[in-house]
Amino acid sequence: MSDVLAEISNLQISFKDENGVLRPAVRNLSLTLGREKLGIVGESGSGKSLTGRALVGVLPSGAHVSADRLVFDGVDLQKCSSKERRHLRGNRMGMILQDPKYSLNPIMPVGKQIIEALRVSKKMSKAKARDAVYQILEAVQIRDVQRVFKLYPHEVSGGMAQRIMIAMMLVREPDLLIADEPTSALDVTVQLSVLEILETLVEKRNMGLILISHDLGLVNHFCDRVLVMYAGRVVEELQANKLYEAKHPYTQGLLNCMPSINGSLGPLPVLDRDPNWLN
Amino acid sequence: MSTKMINIKDLCVWFGEGQQRTQVLKNINLQIARGESFGLVGESGSGKSTILRTAMGLVEDYSGEISIDGINTRTGDYKALIRCAQMLFQDPYASLHPRFTVGQAITEVMKINAIDNHQQKMVDLLLSIGLTAEHQYRYPHELSGGQRQRVALARSLALEPDVLLLDEPTSALDASIQAEMLNLLNKLKQSLGLTYIIVSHDIAVVSYMCDRFAVMSQGKVVEILSREQLRSGDIQCEYTQKLIAASEY
Repeated sequence: MSDVLAEISNLQISFKDENGVLRPAVRNLSLTLGREKLGIVGESGSGKSLTGRALVGVLPSGAHVSADRLVFDGVDLQKCSSKERRHLRGNRMGMILQDPKYSLNPIMPVGKQIIEALRVSKKMSKAKARDAVYQILEAVQIRDVQRVFKLYPHEVSGGMAQRIMIAMMLVREPDLLIADEPTSALDVTVQLSVLEILETLVEKRNMGLILISHDLGLVNHFCDRVLVMYAGRVVEELQANKLYEAKHPYTQGLLNCMPSINGSLGPLPVLDRDPNWLN
Repeated sequence: MSTKMINIKDLCVWFGEGQQRTQVLKNINLQIARGESFGLVGESGSGKSTILRTAMGLVEDYSGEISIDGINTRTGDYKALIRCAQMLFQDPYASLHPRFTVGQAITEVMKINAIDNHQQKMVDLLLSIGLTAEHQYRYPHELSGGQRQRVALARSLALEPDVLLLDEPTSALDASIQAEMLNLLNKLKQSLGLTYIIVSHDIAVVSYMCDRFAVMSQGKVVEILSREQLRSGDIQCEYTQKLIAASEY
């Protein structure tokens, strides 16, 4: 097992506009990821989700992707067949999406869905799989697992559905977990507990985590390292605990525009987007 | 002219029927002064939005009384009520008609309410929210989330209301766009003398925007605090403290 879990170099993702001209959405992006917690922050449209999706291999069909290197644990993802990528996606990479309501099957009890995820790739008996599901549901702090196991997605709360999603991804013990805005659909109180669960599990299993979020405070608190993206490129890379020493005006702008409980009541500073940031 | 703009007395709300009928709001009493910004915070499901929806006549199964600028929301003149109070919803993707241009969406409310000179007023509204006159020809899908939310705001201002009920007005927006929206709301409040009720799960937003706020949990108001009390830490209720701790990581 090498220290570098994933390596991306010079990634470009573009989409055709209505005139057939390629418009870049991610430009010259490079990153290396070890077994650590990496945060990617930026506004909507900055390309942070696309970057995560490129690694897992679930980009929308119109995307044009090119990269000098796109490697996951020694495997060149650009040379993989779709079957191999699917196998990787199932076993070694997992992705948690923003909205649990759209990511769970509405007509299947949640327990059955997790069993399905587990048995797709690993041969194990139903009884064994069920025990594994009970265990993982307990690990994400769901009380009364036997009852929850039989519930349908519409019968659980948003916070619980998100924990079920996390359980579904973690039960296969991936090496890399990409969490795309895992808590932005949740209340602050639930948000904290979901993130704490994620953090403990990632540390216990020594996984790599990419946390994609627009919330700088959250990323600052939970990650080791942060990439700040603007208009498809990385404008700054920081140690998470040094986020407040950010140099780039965009990062500073993002930090300053958040109201705080004890902040001033004057107008909030807004981002003044400088076209030079694109050079 | 009374100083109380909004008066909510003993409000109880139920959802469902028969055996399923459950009480979602329990004896809510709130008085909000003219020109005040009042916040409602709490977890989802605590009933914050239900208060606003009931005030706008979107919920029928309730007891108690709500009056806005002296108009009883159950028995009063509904047309007068909607010209006095308007609501802005959380999701700008769902609250605009997808097949109406921005201009149509804003002028429609004025046509229904027989307001003259709606073309000119619509353009003025677009300018006041920081868009341009050209934006009237756009469809919602051609706008960003922040622009859509501003269009929804322009539409709610089209009837020149005195009260705006804002249901999570910025939670679907990026932090940078949120700042622009909050600044805009404060500017409009000053220039138009509006009264706001702002529902939010973000205590920082409420602390920035609101003079006073109610903390809600499970259908009840557990505490009403002023901004000064929040900032000096003068908080009695354990639930409020938990909520504040959670937003200060």
